[in-house]
Amino acid sequence: MAVDRARLPSLGPDPVFRFPEIRRRTLGNGLRVWTVEHHAVPLVSFLALLPVGASADPRDRPGLAAVTSDMLDEGCGGLNALELHDALGRIGGHLESEIGSDATILTVSSLIRFADRAVGLLADMMVRPRLESRDFDRVRELRLNRLVQLRDLAPALADRVFARLLYPDHPYGHLPIGTEESLRSMVLGEVSGFHETMFAPSRMTIVAAGDATHEALADCVESAFGGWTSPAGSREGDDGAILPAPRPTRERVALLHRPAAAQSELRIGHIGVSRQTPDYHALLVLNMVLGGQFVSRINMNLREDKGYTYGARTSFDFRRGPGPFVLHASEQSEVTVGAGREAVGERLAIRGERPVTREELETGRAALTRGYPRSFETAEQISRGAAQLALYDLPDDYFSTFTPKVLAVDEATVTRVAAEYIDPSRLLTVIVGDRDKVGPALPQLNLGEVVDVSPV
Amino acid sequence: MNIPYTRHTLDNGLDVLVHEDRGCPIVAVNVWYHVGSKNEKPGRTGFAHLFEHLMFEGSQHYDKGYFHPLQEAGALLNGSTNADRTNYWEVVPRNALELALWMESDRMGYLLPALTDAKFENQREVVLNERRQNYENRPYGFTSMAIAAALYPPDHPYHWATIGSADDIRAARLDDVRAFFQTYYRPRNASLALAGDVDTNEALELATRYFGDLDAGDALPAFVAAPPVAIASEQRLVLEDRVELPRLYLSWHSPALFSADDAELDLVAEVLASGKTSRLYRTLVYEERIATELAASQNSREIGGYFQIIATAAPGRTLAELDRAVSRALETFVAEGPTADEMARCLAQAEANFMYRLQTVGGFGGKSDQLNAYNVFVGDPGYFERDLDRYRRVTPAAMQRAAHEWLRPVRRLSLSVVPKGRPQLALSDCQTVSVS
Repeated sequence: MAVDRARLPSLGPDPVFRFPEIRRRTLGNGLRVWTVEHHAVPLVSFLALLPVGASADPRDRPGLAAVTSDMLDEGCGGLNALELHDALGRIGGHLESEIGSDATILTVSSLIRFADRAVGLLADMMVRPRLESRDFDRVRELRLNRLVQLRDLAPALADRVFARLLYPDHPYGHLPIGTEESLRSMVLGEVSGFHETMFAPSRMTIVAAGDATHEALADCVESAFGGWTSPAGSREGDDGAILPAPRPTRERVALLHRPAAAQSELRIGHIGVSRQTPDYHALLVLNMVLGGQFVSRINMNLREDKGYTYGARTSFDFRRGPGPFVLHASEQSEVTVGAGREAVGERLAIRGERPVTREELETGRAALTRGYPRSFETAEQISRGAAQLALYDLPDDYFSTFTPKVLAVDEATVTRVAAEYIDPSRLLTVIVGDRDKVGPALPQLNLGEVVDVSPV
Repeated sequence: MNIPYTRHTLDNGLDVLVHEDRGCPIVAVNVWYHVGSKNEKPGRTGFAHLFEHLMFEGSQHYDKGYFHPLQEAGALLNGSTNADRTNYWEVVPRNALELALWMESDRMGYLLPALTDAKFENQREVVLNERRQNYENRPYGFTSMAIAAALYPPDHPYHWATIGSADDIRAARLDDVRAFFQTYYRPRNASLALAGDVDTNEALELATRYFGDLDAGDALPAFVAAPPVAIASEQRLVLEDRVELPRLYLSWHSPALFSADDAELDLVAEVLASGKTSRLYRTLVYEERIATELAASQNSREIGGYFQIIATAAPGRTLAELDRAVSRALETFVAEGPTADEMARCLAQAEANFMYRLQTVGGFGGKSDQLNAYNVFVGDPGYFERDLDRYRRVTPAAMQRAAHEWLRPVRRLSLSVVPKGRPQLALSDCQTVSVS
């Protein structure tokens, strides 16, 4: 049969996808164990989720949650740091640790035949870290060195300044790594205090996914974590992340001078909305059309039409509290103002003047729904998906209702949420670039007063 | 442990590989063209990668950009270029397999009629911005270029980095694109792997239908053998960059991909610098605290590799201190070989890494990419088990001998990267290099 190149082949019906079943068990100490069977390869992954992240840092100690999470694999239970990593190496284990604004996550993956050992090591790290001063000194020093290196990394500078100016006096106003001043004055007692108050079984969820039965996975977690009792000092009930509402910011342009920079690093945005918003699915669709994927308006304009940048994206950072809605791009210095103007223009247009079209709507919805099963291929991906449910208190049927909810979003809804959640009158613009090349044209951006800022 | 597959070679020379994995209703489509920056000519460096960009700009029968219909079908897609090969992939829902084959075959057969000056000039700007973003505006961003230029003579195909020089990218012409496509983007120079929720016979039938009548094209020009390379006596270079902490890069010529000593050196790198228990991390970061970051790798490529150790100095520490500590650790390793503990750990880790690679059907490094790598570089898509065996057979004595043979102090190239205006932080007797 010859190929018909006059038209693209039609897709036919979308395949039916059965989402993996999550079973839940709550241990006597309050710890939640979620299990998912995944038999594709003889691997297992154990994810420990603690809904305590950088936003739980004490006001004068930005970076404390991150240092605490970094200390977990510096020796625990009967093992010092080197012995722990030797033990992980011997089972071909893979350890990942991650800290964000809202959560601390530690994942250990291994061959299924080492499941008991893997989960045992995870429990040692979460429950019985040694927190010794020699290790603390080294970890703190390495983090300070990292901060020093970030001074030359334009994207990191832009993120840092953006968070600071968007969330003054708010737990979202700093990056997890914290500040030099805070790290320098931090003492080990603060780390052990943070661990004692925040790491409690009733706050933690363990997601186990892999090549075993629900029963076996849950038993395995129970034998490792079941004996954990809350320390006396733990603040049960306080979820550690009760966030004040951030204050709306005013429109302005902050310029961080980087002499002879080859490009400008650009952020434009404002405070967005929390993960709990009933408009979550509509905002996902809006973002796909505006700047969330390659074929979105902003990327097609800035990259494919103008050649200003290697790529530009927007995102709603959905968190427990209202996270930022922001554009990320880095572009040639000479066109910084042009790129900013185009990006802002697209945001304005989608609110009314050029509302989303039927075709854009369908493309955006289809990209979200048809691509959805891809996120459930590996045990680790499935664990991460399940962890989102735990972190944001999403309903049990969240996965299976995702597609119908996205498909229910229509043009009017996208236009409504664009008008409601995009506010061009209070945009914060951050530019890390060469003032001599960028500065003179900046007033033409018309995005408010231009101020020079320092990195810290 | 392996990746079961079926191979069928079409009349025009295209290899089609199919692997069934019914776990998730998705299919990975992965195409390798056996061409990379090593096929470029001096004066036109960066071209293979610039060309890769043009493959996403539309082809004769669908001239509205490559991404749109695929993203609408739920696909994830990308491409990449390195010295030896260029790959393109889509991961699509099962019902979009035919669409992906339509799109891939159209650009393999009919790219040129859709090519315009406007597209070409636009993507040249995009690539220049990619270069600014990932190299020029990034700390230590120029090191790969400085090292390639020093390790290989100007007429060697690894003398330049894949991103190329900015002047060469600006000098590229549309005619170069046509010639490059006609020479290298032929079915006989490509390998197509399909992995995922497909029936093998149906997949082969579809691939034959979409790719079978594409023109085989002329025979490929013979790849001119690269001149032999060796470092006769230690070379020391210094590069001033916008960085806060000085960093030392030690590089040695090493075996090509899959050749003798390649696996051995891979494990040597593992023992030296992978994880907190590794020798260099333990000594330099954990105990002596003179370094803040450490890495070692055997970078094996098609016609030769390089082994590299990278160490970043802690504030106030000198690269000379780092050099002494690294050299001492290497000497000890060469004298004593790995311990039984190190051996057990690095083999367990190597085996687990093979298993982790079996988790996804597509993307960079998934099963479809792996099948193509084996097919293109060894001519055997079923090389997985033999590849793993290369590691299982490594002995402590073989690692010791490989380190002795390849990592001699006299054969190394050192590059000190230091903050601008502070060349005194480099190793002594360095020659200054500059890259832009």
